[in-house]
Amino acid sequence: MTASGMLSLIQQSHSVLNPSSPQARLIDRLWDAMYLVSVIVFLLVVAALLWGTFRRRGPEAPETDPGRERSLTTAVSIATALTVLILFGFLIYDVAVGRQLTRGFGKEALQIRVIGHQWWWEVQYRDSIPKNWATTANEIHIPAGRPVALELLSNDVIHSFWPPTISQKRDLIPGKDNSLWLQADTPGVYRGQCAEYCGNQHAKMGFLVIADRPDSFASWLARQRDTALTPTTALTRRGQEVFLASTCVMCHAISGTPAGSRIGPDLTHLASRQTIAAGTLPNTRGNLAGWIVNPQSIKPGTRMPPNQLDPNDLQALLAYLESLK
Amino acid sequence: MSAAAAPAPVPQPPPAFEDRERVRRELEQTWDQPPGLVPWLTSVDHKSIAKRYIVTAFVFFVLAGLEAATMRAQLARPENNVLGPDAYNQFFTMHGVTMMFLFAVPIMEAMGLYFVPLMIGARNVAFPRLNAYGYWVYLCGGIFLYLMFFLNTGPDVGWFGYVPLSGPEFSPGKRADVYAQAITFTEIAALVGSVELIVTIFKNRAPGMTLNRMPLFVWAMLVQAFMVLFAMPWVATATQFLAMDRLIATHFFNPAEGGDALLWQHLFWFFGHPEVYIIFVPALGFVSSIVATFTRRPVFGYPVMVLSMIATGFLGFGLWVHHMFTTGLPQLGQSFFTGASMMIAIPSGIQIFCWIATIWAGRPRFTVPFLFVLGFVVLFIIGGFTGVMIASVPFDQQVHDSYFIVAHFHYVLIGGAVFPLFGAFYYWFPKVTGRMLSERLGRWNFWLFFIGMNLTFFPMHQLGFEGMPRRVYTYLPETGWGDLNLLATLGAVTIATSMLLFVINVVKSLRAGLPAGDDPWGGETLEWATTSPPRHYNFEYPPVVESRSPMWESGPEMPVVTGLRTDVRDTLVTTLLDAEPDSKHRHPNPSIWPLLAAVATTVLFVTLIFTPWGAVIGTPLLLLTLLGWGWPRGREKWEQQLVESEA
Repeated sequence: MTASGMLSLIQQSHSVLNPSSPQARLIDRLWDAMYLVSVIVFLLVVAALLWGTFRRRGPEAPETDPGRERSLTTAVSIATALTVLILFGFLIYDVAVGRQLTRGFGKEALQIRVIGHQWWWEVQYRDSIPKNWATTANEIHIPAGRPVALELLSNDVIHSFWPPTISQKRDLIPGKDNSLWLQADTPGVYRGQCAEYCGNQHAKMGFLVIADRPDSFASWLARQRDTALTPTTALTRRGQEVFLASTCVMCHAISGTPAGSRIGPDLTHLASRQTIAAGTLPNTRGNLAGWIVNPQSIKPGTRMPPNQLDPNDLQALLAYLESLK
Repeated sequence: MSAAAAPAPVPQPPPAFEDRERVRRELEQTWDQPPGLVPWLTSVDHKSIAKRYIVTAFVFFVLAGLEAATMRAQLARPENNVLGPDAYNQFFTMHGVTMMFLFAVPIMEAMGLYFVPLMIGARNVAFPRLNAYGYWVYLCGGIFLYLMFFLNTGPDVGWFGYVPLSGPEFSPGKRADVYAQAITFTEIAALVGSVELIVTIFKNRAPGMTLNRMPLFVWAMLVQAFMVLFAMPWVATATQFLAMDRLIATHFFNPAEGGDALLWQHLFWFFGHPEVYIIFVPALGFVSSIVATFTRRPVFGYPVMVLSMIATGFLGFGLWVHHMFTTGLPQLGQSFFTGASMMIAIPSGIQIFCWIATIWAGRPRFTVPFLFVLGFVVLFIIGGFTGVMIASVPFDQQVHDSYFIVAHFHYVLIGGAVFPLFGAFYYWFPKVTGRMLSERLGRWNFWLFFIGMNLTFFPMHQLGFEGMPRRVYTYLPETGWGDLNLLATLGAVTIATSMLLFVINVVKSLRAGLPAGDDPWGGETLEWATTSPPRHYNFEYPPVVESRSPMWESGPEMPVVTGLRTDVRDTLVTTLLDAEPDSKHRHPNPSIWPLLAAVATTVLFVTLIFTPWGAVIGTPLLLLTLLGWGWPRGREKWEQQLVESEA
């Protein structure tokens, strides 16, 4: 998919009011009801205020005429009673929606672990056989139409996971295991972003939830479980050498190579991702080059240091990274 | 407090003119505050101190507004370059900390410290020197915070300072310490203010002003003061834990060592939610005062209004978890807080209904203060409705920490508190300065503010729905948030213009405003019974109150208390419930010690940021100043005679 194609897809499905999942739809309906009631009551109160202010006043009885005080008491009492009733209605509807959202999701749910880092998302697909674990970053592939249980952890500060069109948000809190289940109705790309202030680059801590058809999800997951492709051309072999000989390996892992650090995103299948720098840039060669050479100009404060590479080395490295499908 | 065993003064008809002249001359001499720097620094007059409070808080309001305007400039376009992330994060933190701690709470308390003694017929607040100390600590805290900000060490952890982000591991350097300590300063000032208000209201009311004759404004300040008293210690605890985690490596909030990150959130919001009502409840008092005066009738449903405010005060402490609905707490527990959060809409609703009833039954006059009240009702209802919505757990889990929330609380705080505050400025400016503010400029001020406010914050509801989180220094063009953000920025420009008009209005009116006279609006309460501006002693003779609307029912010929000494600073102490004369209280003369004690406090707090030895340096210094403050000065002659006669 081209970058612009991806972005137009995101734009179509951006808002809380354009839900694409059972949960988001429930909340959207709750909003509709509350909104409607609120608008009506707002108009009534403002009308009462304006009428009370501007009504024509004749020569009148003294201001504290007992008859008028009584009718005021009645009016205020009725308005108060209606307020209480409306609030009770809201409360009951709200608790009902809450119960549906927290219902169990059964054993068929796919388990995915999401770990928040400053300022990116680590995504792990675990399995009873450790060899079958797959790790990626900032893109969560899920099978459309099937419930997914997310296990939400944090490695440093508090983050919050929020893809508005398909799910409400949930915090990732160090020392606390949180979970959230979500489900996308239809295949598509749903953008999300960290919603809890987490420091310098909180603004650029985006992610994509990519709902695939079940069969393409299965093949995607199978590919992610594989180790990285071995470089086949001279250029990519050179690129791998550059990678392993530079500071890259201090933070990044590529399975099947000696690089195994887990501080930064796993790059084993980097080329299969649509974006880099946590949903900030489309994953193109130019962007990748800019990110490697001077990440601080793109995300000032990011943990990734600038890398002074010889132009030829940089080209080789880019070729290698782009081969990591 | 020295309580002389003199016979209780009794209500008298107003004394003859010659007596008044003599009493006035003597009081002038006794309560005098001559011009010059030293009398200014040592002043213990509640009006001087409250005026400084108001002016200082307004300066901080302008600073925080400029920070907001800069942020709006940054967000006007996607990927803009006005502020980088590091600066932006300091700006939004400073905006929040300044608005909450240096503007909203202090200015509300200051309005109380100015008008409560006048409205209850007292000569001063109960503890005048403590009052001065509170202001100096507040001023030092504010200066300290902005000094650090200008040194690029402004806090950048948000006004809510969540751990672990604000902890030692993720916020090295001094920024988070500045945050924790700046809050400590304002906590002390706020607590001092609340103690002043509570004791003054309970013990210094004019004879006859039983609790059920107290003006609604005074009730509002009383409820607010109690809320401060019970809320502030929680944030004091939280920030001290944080300071200790950072300074001496305790682990209150470190999950790796058995601490808990959520503990901070509980402590902070147990203060943070009442904080909203601490700001909002005094505004209810402003609105009631303005509505009564400009409809020319008492506010409808006095007992219900009072009970609503008290209910708000209690319920305000039961909602804090609705700030934590996304932290994964159990569903059942959250429902309780949903219920409580919705319940607090009931007293607010009742008060709005009562004001509408008052306006309906009265004869409104369209002055600027009244316009601000109308604006308040409209804006506050919008903020109230979104408040009820986000009390819902599922809905809140969608919009929490998005721009929807930014929209919501600006409607509540600007609509619910700042509009009434501006109404109060226009309403009481004549009393404080003796001159009227221009009504024409005031109308421009109001309409630009009202339009700008809606232009800025209404689009933010939609931005929240579209997924824009709070506290982001920029956003990508493809998010589609650009246009609404630009609109919001234009709104901010409109608000800034309206504020400029207000400042121009104040400056012009101070110089050449129409003379106000004692009672330009025909007000209901006692502050209108004295001169504009009031003398240092407030009233020649403390008034005696016979009804809820003393100015309307007793008028200028209201009975007064005679028999208080005029050669010393005597004030009357009355009983708590019925305000029967009880004893006399000798008020202290001006003193430099409150200022010195505040400076010592500042030394203690600031050095503590850098080294635990700060406690060793600062504490003795503070004790020394307190010793000086409390040092016995010996008895005056008459006191000595009294003691001897009793012996």
